[in-house]
Amino acid sequence: MTTKFTADHEWINIEDHDAAVVGITLHAQDALGDVVYVDLPEVGRSYTQGDVAGVVESVKAAADIFMPVTGEVVEVNEALRENPALANSDPMGEGWFFKVKVTDMAQFDGLMDPPGYDALLKTL
Amino acid sequence: MSADVLRQNPAPLLHTPLHALHVELGAKMVPFAGYAMPVQYPAGILAEHRHCRYEAALFDVSHMGQLQLRGDDAAAALESLVPQDIIDLPVGKQRYAFFTNTQGGLRDDLMVTRRADHLFLIVNAGCKVDDTQHLITHIGHRCHIVPMPDHALLALQGPKAVVALERLNPAVATLSFMTGGDFDLAGAACFVTRSGYTGEDGFEISVPADQAVALARALLAQPEVKPAGLGARDTLRLEAGLCLYGHDIDARTSPIEAGLTWAIQKIRRPGGARAGGYPGANVIDGQLAAGVSVKRVGLVGLEKVPVREGAAIVDAHGSPLGRVTSGTLGPTVHEPIAMAYLAVNHAGLQHEVYAEVRGKRLPMRVSTMPFTPHRYHR
Repeated sequence: MTTKFTADHEWINIEDHDAAVVGITLHAQDALGDVVYVDLPEVGRSYTQGDVAGVVESVKAAADIFMPVTGEVVEVNEALRENPALANSDPMGEGWFFKVKVTDMAQFDGLMDPPGYDALLKTL
Repeated sequence: MSADVLRQNPAPLLHTPLHALHVELGAKMVPFAGYAMPVQYPAGILAEHRHCRYEAALFDVSHMGQLQLRGDDAAAALESLVPQDIIDLPVGKQRYAFFTNTQGGLRDDLMVTRRADHLFLIVNAGCKVDDTQHLITHIGHRCHIVPMPDHALLALQGPKAVVALERLNPAVATLSFMTGGDFDLAGAACFVTRSGYTGEDGFEISVPADQAVALARALLAQPEVKPAGLGARDTLRLEAGLCLYGHDIDARTSPIEAGLTWAIQKIRRPGGARAGGYPGANVIDGQLAAGVSVKRVGLVGLEKVPVREGAAIVDAHGSPLGRVTSGTLGPTVHEPIAMAYLAVNHAGLQHEVYAEVRGKRLPMRVSTMPFTPHRYHR
């Protein structure tokens, strides 16, 4: 299992521990609607799990992006800055937000697996 | 991530006559003024907004209040509650108006159309209960106040609205901006005005509730027409520089501060034949004479970050100047646009101010409104 989910509707793929990819879920982009602006974290800066690491804004609302695990941001998706609609069209792929160097695997293990996140969505 | 849009509202909601059609069309329904309303359809707010600017969009605005005022004294009676010229409004003409309170603030804004034997009013959904009570209390002894819960209200808006509606009844093309008349549409006896809330040419159609779905389907069958929700309605009206009651205007803002002086006809201003005589006239007349200290302005952001309702506006030193009352990234203008109330010495065109967003100061310039040109059929 390399992709996990947060209760705040972020996903994190940890295939590469030194550059785990983070984005928002299909449900999140659907709930937000057309994404028109993203504020991405600073490359080289370390964040603690739960820190606000960015902002995603749709026509109708702004939402914080929370850091799913503690770590240093090693890359951000510049293409997303140029074309925020990627967060809608391909939220689990081209619409990724940033990559983070994971320091504590236990934090990743504590996140929801796909069935767990599906179960959460059913309660909404 | 967190946002109010991710939370659900368990309160029971009213449905408009088009509710099942919205669900069938895949709309995302949200609570608004006590109703379940479509905020968007699968196309999304941006596509719906653009479709309205370039083609034609159909909106369900049946949540709004429709009322008739009947009786010989109805126009004079209504003039005791609004600073508009209603008595001289010719048959078939529509006028923007507002109910004022005794402090000169705005209770609600509304549209008034003179029909052959009554006045037809459209008021905001969130105010309709209070407005009806206000009318009954103050002028219920002078005219009959007839709410119209048995009517739906559709808005067909956009440069191609006229060609679409003409196919249902060619006579609608004879209407010009802010006029109205009776038209048969898809077998329903409708009252149609050439007006709206998007800045585009278009129509608002009052239709018997039991015929509303058939009419909506007939309109959606036209190749130019697609459905649009309240999300697009909000971005369209904001680009058009039009106020949203409860946000850009409310009980604490006067029409003069709100830049709505144009909507008070000369005959109701000091020196006019029917000056005053409505709640708060002394306050509003005083402001007309002496000016106001704050006014509603348009703001355009110099960076791409949306500036939303509630954002503080400050000067270069961080001193507070006012607050944003509506704001978004304008889908047609591709810039952050907003309305705010600013001290008049900071409200001059091109004046640079700063919006505080997440601890950053974003430069904005005072701009003329509308942000997109109105394209009414005059």
